[in-house]
Amino acid sequence: MTERTKDTTAVQQEQALPGDRPTPSNEDGCAVEVQNLVKRYPKTQSNAVDGISFVAKRGEIFGLLGPNGAGKTTAIGILTTGVLPSSGSAKILGLDVVANPVRVRQRIAVVPQKSNLDKRLRARELLIFHASYHGVPRVEREARADRLLVEFGLADRGKDNVNHYSGGMAQRLMLARALMHTPYVLFLDEPTNSLDPQSRLFIWDRIRSLNQQGMTIFLTTHDMDEAEQLCDRIAIMDHGRILVLDTTDELKKLVPGSTNLEDVFIALTGRTLRS
Amino acid sequence: MYDYDSAARTARSQSLFIVTSLAFLAMLRRDLVIARRDFIGNLVQWMVVPAFFLFIFGRVLPQTGAASASYGALLLPGIVAMSLLMTALLNVTLPLVIDIGNEREIEDRLLAPLPTALVALEKVLFAALNSMVAGALVFPLAYLIMGNAYQVRTGAIGTLIYIMLLAAFAGASLGLTLGTVVKPEQIGLLNSVILLPIIFTGCVYFSWSALDSIKWFQVVTLFNPLTYSAEGLRGAMTPGLALATLDIRWVLLGLAGTIIVFLSLGIKGFTRRAVR
Repeated sequence: MTERTKDTTAVQQEQALPGDRPTPSNEDGCAVEVQNLVKRYPKTQSNAVDGISFVAKRGEIFGLLGPNGAGKTTAIGILTTGVLPSSGSAKILGLDVVANPVRVRQRIAVVPQKSNLDKRLRARELLIFHASYHGVPRVEREARADRLLVEFGLADRGKDNVNHYSGGMAQRLMLARALMHTPYVLFLDEPTNSLDPQSRLFIWDRIRSLNQQGMTIFLTTHDMDEAEQLCDRIAIMDHGRILVLDTTDELKKLVPGSTNLEDVFIALTGRTLRS
Repeated sequence: MYDYDSAARTARSQSLFIVTSLAFLAMLRRDLVIARRDFIGNLVQWMVVPAFFLFIFGRVLPQTGAASASYGALLLPGIVAMSLLMTALLNVTLPLVIDIGNEREIEDRLLAPLPTALVALEKVLFAALNSMVAGALVFPLAYLIMGNAYQVRTGAIGTLIYIMLLAAFAGASLGLTLGTVVKPEQIGLLNSVILLPIIFTGCVYFSWSALDSIKWFQVVTLFNPLTYSAEGLRGAMTPGLALATLDIRWVLLGLAGTIIVFLSLGIKGFTRRAVR
């Protein structure tokens, strides 16, 4: 069979949902589509997310840049089915996160800000169980776990309980875990916050490499270097709202004389990113 | 293009029922792996409390005349019920309070491809099955400790097993509701505010019919699922039905009612805590 015939057969057998696989008609399609998203937590005075709308395209690295308290974690929480929106809509690959959470969870992976590793399990087991929750067959998940442990420099720590992992190792393991079920969209919430420079560069390198292989990456950060280094497009967020959305170069053009995104943020809000 | 390899594609093309079932079973397997690792510790825990109660109340007190010779036969069903209900309850409540409260380690399972409610249901199911082992262990323990005072009829094994199952699920359902309400800093209060009152108003050490002379307390005990468990087991275990026990229909109603009410409350509470 030719390459083309194999692909067609595979797609027919797969019965994939629309938007799962890039086709000639939707190669520039949306990975993430948000419209007028609002979230107000109970007993609070203001909206954590206050009517945001944007689209993250397939195959791009999309960044949400803003200071602590801007609403980034809430926004990513809604997109990853961990938070219910108060109003508005959010779709991942055409699937509504509220109406179709199970199908969305099959297609995404999340590396959260705080470690949420299953501390009752050893590292290799943790990877294998994560894959088993997602229906990856046994032989495949064991091979993938071993491969990812090597790739992330954790091969000799696979039998350790994750309680004994440092912050950098835990972050690497969370990223390895996220890849165990080959997600279409990878969400990272402040991926290198509080990491040492070496671990940070390692994570950046992995993110770029995954994106080069075609994975859509959605990350939040309050670090302008991270946003500039990694992201194709950046949405600057503050007080639950998106102020501007564009590529780094176009964002800098908004504020004449600006040399970095911090200057842009200060011009827009009067405050620094770290405030 | 990114390597959307065949394993991932197969999982995504399966029906929701299969996807959900595989995730559910995988979670049960995860709990089984951890339970096996903790087996010795669990075994000790499951045996120590019943062993002490059976020895003191089931052997020492009757032998010293402080209790009647047949007190052991009255007590044993209560101890089995207590073991079942409490083990199931604590097996859900304690890990859940910590998981939800602090580290949110449960997020891994919340991001698995199954409805959030089923994550809670899996916890209830595993705790109930686990506690059946704890409950079953009381029998050989009692046989060794109580000697001639061990009197259990074998004619109603079927009834015995399904009352044990209902008691286990009642305990686990109660545990789910508690686990979604109690904060980590309140764990210390669990014992004095919840567990001890349940044990002492649950007809573990006395039969329900013997409370005829303390009517108000007799009514209070009816609000406790442990009462229905203990009385149900008393009916199934005691030879010759020498003891008057709560009618089996009330037992079934009480336990089924507990499961329905607390499972619904617990799942609602869990979903609200898990998906903010």
